[in-house]
Amino acid sequence: MSGVIEGRDGPWEMVIGLEVHAQVISRSKLFSGSATEFGAEPNTQVSLVDAAFPGMLPVINGECVAQAVRTGLGLDAHINMVSRFDRKNYFYADLPAGYQISQYAHPVVGAGSIEIELADGSTKRIGVTRLHLEQDAGKSLHDQHPSKSFIDLNRSGIALMEVVSEPDLRTAEEAGAYLRKLRTILRYLGTCDGNMEEGSMRAGVNVSVRRHGEPFRTRCEVKNVNSVRFVMQAIEAEAARQVEVWESGGTVEQETRLFDPARGVTRSMRSKEDAHDYRYFPDPDLLPLVLDEAWVAGLRAELPELPDAKRARFVAEHGLSAYDAAVLVADQETAAFFETVAAGRDAKLAANWIMGDFFAALNRTGRGIGDSPVSAAALGQLLDLLANRTINGRIAKEVFEAMVDTGESPASIVESRGLRQVTDTGAIEGAVDRVLAAHPDKLAEYRRGKDKLFGFFVGQVMKAMAGKGNPALVNETLRQRLSA
Amino acid sequence: MSLDPATVRRIARLARIHVENVEAEHLARELNGILGWIEQLNEVDVEGIDPLTGAAQMAMRLRPDTVTDGGIPELVLGNAPDRAGTFYAVPKVVE
Amino acid sequence: MLTDLSLVEARDGLRRRDFSAVELTEAHLDAVAALNPRINAFITVSADMARTQAAAADAALAAGEDRPLLGLPLAIKDLFCTEGVRTTAGSRILEPFVPPYESTVTANLLRDGAVFLGKANLDEFAMGSSNMTSAFGPVRNPWTRRGDNRPLVPGGSSGGSCAAVAARMALGATATDTGGSIRQPASFCGIAGVKPTYGRCSRWGIVAFASSLDQAGPVARTVEDCAVLLGSMAGFDPKDSTSADRAVPDFAAACRRGVRGLRIGVPREYRSDSMPPEIEAMWQQGLAWLRDEGAEIVDVSLPHTKYGLATYYIVAPAEASSNLARYDGVRFGRRVEGEDLTDMYERTRAEGFGAEVRRRVMIGTYVLSAGYYDAYYLRAQKVRALILRDFTDAYAQVDALLTPTAPSAAFAQGDKMDDPVAMYLNDVFTVPASMAGVPGLSVPAGLDGQGLPLGLQVLGRPFDEETVFAVGAVLERAAGFRHLPAIWAGAPA
Ligand SMILES: [Mg+2]
Ligand SMILES: [Zn+2]
Repeated sequence: MSGVIEGRDGPWEMVIGLEVHAQVISRSKLFSGSATEFGAEPNTQVSLVDAAFPGMLPVINGECVAQAVRTGLGLDAHINMVSRFDRKNYFYADLPAGYQISQYAHPVVGAGSIEIELADGSTKRIGVTRLHLEQDAGKSLHDQHPSKSFIDLNRSGIALMEVVSEPDLRTAEEAGAYLRKLRTILRYLGTCDGNMEEGSMRAGVNVSVRRHGEPFRTRCEVKNVNSVRFVMQAIEAEAARQVEVWESGGTVEQETRLFDPARGVTRSMRSKEDAHDYRYFPDPDLLPLVLDEAWVAGLRAELPELPDAKRARFVAEHGLSAYDAAVLVADQETAAFFETVAAGRDAKLAANWIMGDFFAALNRTGRGIGDSPVSAAALGQLLDLLANRTINGRIAKEVFEAMVDTGESPASIVESRGLRQVTDTGAIEGAVDRVLAAHPDKLAEYRRGKDKLFGFFVGQVMKAMAGKGNPALVNETLRQRLSA
Repeated sequence: MSLDPATVRRIARLARIHVENVEAEHLARELNGILGWIEQLNEVDVEGIDPLTGAAQMAMRLRPDTVTDGGIPELVLGNAPDRAGTFYAVPKVVE
Repeated sequence: MLTDLSLVEARDGLRRRDFSAVELTEAHLDAVAALNPRINAFITVSADMARTQAAAADAALAAGEDRPLLGLPLAIKDLFCTEGVRTTAGSRILEPFVPPYESTVTANLLRDGAVFLGKANLDEFAMGSSNMTSAFGPVRNPWTRRGDNRPLVPGGSSGGSCAAVAARMALGATATDTGGSIRQPASFCGIAGVKPTYGRCSRWGIVAFASSLDQAGPVARTVEDCAVLLGSMAGFDPKDSTSADRAVPDFAAACRRGVRGLRIGVPREYRSDSMPPEIEAMWQQGLAWLRDEGAEIVDVSLPHTKYGLATYYIVAPAEASSNLARYDGVRFGRRVEGEDLTDMYERTRAEGFGAEVRRRVMIGTYVLSAGYYDAYYLRAQKVRALILRDFTDAYAQVDALLTPTAPSAAFAQGDKMDDPVAMYLNDVFTVPASMAGVPGLSVPAGLDGQGLPLGLQVLGRPFDEETVFAVGAVLERAAGFRHLPAIWAGAPA
């Protein structure tokens, strides 16, 4: 995925911007006191405000404002101390008031940025244009009845943060990295759960193509794409379509399109002639949103350590590679798990164990880090047994698997299964002598110069000692005997 | 600025008000009368004036984040012209 | 007759046990039954509810309770949502609507013991100055010209509320004012009406017309009655973001303050050659009364007065076009089926809204639409800022302003119907104060040559309704307006 599309008459570059709708974590809705929980019975989390009954009025939820400001701070963005709410007017069955309350002209958060990491280890800073607060719409069900659509307003009025990026992305891979990074930041901040399947994070993709060095051409918006993978596929499909249009002498029309994941293509949404006439104007039911400097400073002081800072610290403090650090900070729980395991221990070893055997075990058991069969403390104890040479590296893997299966502590597994490593030189010498005696032919070959048989003898000795031999002592003893 | 019947139909469509073609002519005349009269505002020098949305000269109060409403599906649906169980029902929408 | 009492007199009579709340309510229900078929002031009469409330009031009075409005029968403009009682906003589209909630203002009145006789007629969605736009038929003004029985309009949009009070079918009524809808019909019907400062009364539960302008207020036959009613209606409401968090003063006490030492402004831009001489004379008379009572009269300028109406006819329709989008036939109100969702919307709204509402929704949609926003809506908002500045500057020099309420007395039903702009000119004196959000009062000051009442308007500083009441009460005492309309409870049939 180079971002370059080889057309018939030369290469095209993709220009991509993302508009992400992130559902704010709050107990109640943006402008009403109804609950926000996912999955309730239809129309049970609806107030008369959400259903836009005559005379009902919006009153803003302060926590939703705080969440937007926290997110803005997490995106290194400018916080607008005065912002405003506008009405975006359009008719739709799941938009009860006939308008959405949004922040069009004066968003609460201005310009910021997100740094993304790419597979080749490089990083790129992507501009964030703005973040604004707005209401979600309800949900229409079109497949319940032959001639009717059904409307559920539970989602109507839930707070969304719309995060708009600059058109700085040039490949589908970058777009994927941007989305994942944004999701990580939102989760660190606790402002959005980032769950794309439940729709609490929804992406719209603005795509255009151009010849190198050209100004931007017309873009199309692909709406409501609900996974990182589909976003990347939608970008590829839409860019390819536009190249085909331009190259066959046509013109790309600015429009809203939908991605069909089954067929891997985008298609035009049923044309909406009023889509571009939303008649935005300031909502007269609301007043300007004026933030208090001290209040914003308080939110800033309470921000958690964010992934970029944590990654830098892991590199500086623990000596991890940038790549390992990036993997570990991608998820806040993983980072915390790592820090517990690494505390007072060999951090690189801790990172290797977590990213290796530990992640593999989670994968295999289908568990998450929150309900992992091996706690950070237990993994730390295992590393301690390695460090004080109670067990060797090979046995450690065996102990770890037993920990996954039984949940027992590493010490008790080592004791009950007799897995302590053998450092008694007499026992090691005896095993070495028995192995050499059993393989006179191999010994002869070795002596004729076939050095690589050394590994064969190590293996045989360890096997004879049921894997518990101290590897250094085994090597040393073998070397002495073979050179004798 | 003067409205022709086509613009009237476009505005009616935006406002979701059905207008018969014969009405559009008459409406255009009426609306032009009002708009022509409104255009006296062009005389006013508004250079450098901040627009005023409302007379309430204060900042917005923030509500605490507590669940105080909802759980009233029968009240929410009780006036609906058409419903199906606890859903509102409308003519089928084709996306 | 009990229906001849003012609200304050009735309150005092109930306290003295001269009569019961049930008797008082029955007298008013009898008046409604006798007169409403002719006046059409009520869309819905809630007689049973009124009787129950009156009986409860009697029990409370017997138990020694003393609430400000205990047992006093009122009419409620049918723009206030009332729990379990149909609320139509004068529109076909809301004809079947029964709200499951009570507006904050009416809830405040019920808390204070009021009895609700029913829902008063109004211009559809409060859009009008004549009550001719109601889907439930026009209201007839209880007044007629001397020697001429042709029906006159009561003004609008609170025409039903004002007609009910003028005809003595109710002691007082709730009303709302967006561009003059309390003061103009009060003037046409020979009663008092108060539009308080924007933010003084909660808008929660009032069917919205233009949110940045709508304000609830009382109408009654005396200034003090209005003060008592406003004292109950007003107050901070956390459910309305534009509600002002301020204590409610004792408005009734302010009625006794007098005007000695007050500076009263005469805005020169309200004077015009086209003003009928009788209205000009009444204005001068009002100024003389105030001067006699010790006020100082000062000429002031409100330079953007002439642009108030045009500004209003951009701002109010723009907000209305958005506020009325919720009437789509999905969750409440009437639905007219169509071929698909869009067709259903378009037919529901075409048949559900009357001509004036359709016209204003179209104007509002147009002035907000792509390419026209800056030329119309944004410019209007800037002129609005200038209008507010005019008032702020004037109030640096004076404590209150005095003007006529309306440029004419009540006109005949059917007049001005074919020219919307001519109809809009009714609000020329009331609209600027609405744009600025300042409080205003209309008080009946006399009759014109044809025997129709004329009102004077007092405007005050934001949240200084007390001065407005003080000035209004002095004018009321000086005018001694005791005239009765042609149709009133107690008139020989
Ligand atoms: Mg957007
Ligand atoms: Zn959005």
